[in-house]
Amino acid sequence: MMAAITPFGVTAGVAGLDAGLGPALTMGMSMIVFAGASQLASIQLINAGAAVPLVVLTALIINLRMLMYSAHLAPYFRHLPLGWRSLMAYVLTDQAYALTISRVMTEDSDRFNHWFFLGVGIPLWVVWQLSTAFGYWAGTAMPPDWELGFIVPLIFLALLMMSINSRPGVIAAVVAGSLSVLGRGLPAGLGLTLAALAGIAAGVLAEGRRGGD
Amino acid sequence: MAAIDPLWWVVGLIGLGTFVWRGAFLVFGRGLRMPDLVRRGLNYVPPAVFAALVLPGLMQWQADGTLDTPRLIAGAVAGAVAWRTRGTIPTLIAGMVVLWSLRALMPV
Repeated sequence: MMAAITPFGVTAGVAGLDAGLGPALTMGMSMIVFAGASQLASIQLINAGAAVPLVVLTALIINLRMLMYSAHLAPYFRHLPLGWRSLMAYVLTDQAYALTISRVMTEDSDRFNHWFFLGVGIPLWVVWQLSTAFGYWAGTAMPPDWELGFIVPLIFLALLMMSINSRPGVIAAVVAGSLSVLGRGLPAGLGLTLAALAGIAAGVLAEGRRGGD
Repeated sequence: MAAIDPLWWVVGLIGLGTFVWRGAFLVFGRGLRMPDLVRRGLNYVPPAVFAALVLPGLMQWQADGTLDTPRLIAGAVAGAVAWRTRGTIPTLIAGMVVLWSLRALMPV
């Protein structure tokens, strides 16, 4: 997983360089925001000269999924002190969520779940910073016809397959995926959020029809 | 006093807002009790969100209006590998190797 996000982080660094953000802003964004998809989208918007509220709004809609991750994880970590939970929130990513939730919902769950979470989250943070810095430094040496950007959907594809463990889960994925393709014309992030919510509703409905399990 | 790049405001606001999302339940809403329906719905967050993130990336249309087939095929192969191996690295290798091979075989 650490090796997998490296090209993603490098892409964020290259994007910062191309948009003329400068090293401080590019690295500052990776440290303060620490959410790849929203970083790439906001850099593109800044580069296109979009207004500040539009940039912020788009990034926050893209990151709205973190709210759902937070809700799903919270019951398992309610007993921890505030400092722990704040640190966990700061390093919460798609990867840390996916790996942790598939652990806490199975028999692998134990009292070290929060260490497991940080064991994924903190190395990811370090790799993310290093790869952004490398991308900014190596910059345009990366040939565009390698299509390294394709790595991003591939990472999510692996997370998707790991997360499907029931028939309603398949239905949720099919509904959300198709609607997301159809909604690509909507402002960035909005199609994603609406499609995900529809997928979740479809999963719950499919589960109810089978009498729950 | 040196002028501060206004883009720091953009970065700061996105960072702050994202932390609010991330901490909404983990940090701030510890006492919140969620209705049963919402709790059941949360189980479908991973497949729904990840599918919504991944599919538009696999189905891309080119400038001439045709579907980028190598991308789609590479995605399908990588999806099968991901399903079998449940691993990220084999998925990445399969996807990139198929994409590069198809690009080499079918020059634009």
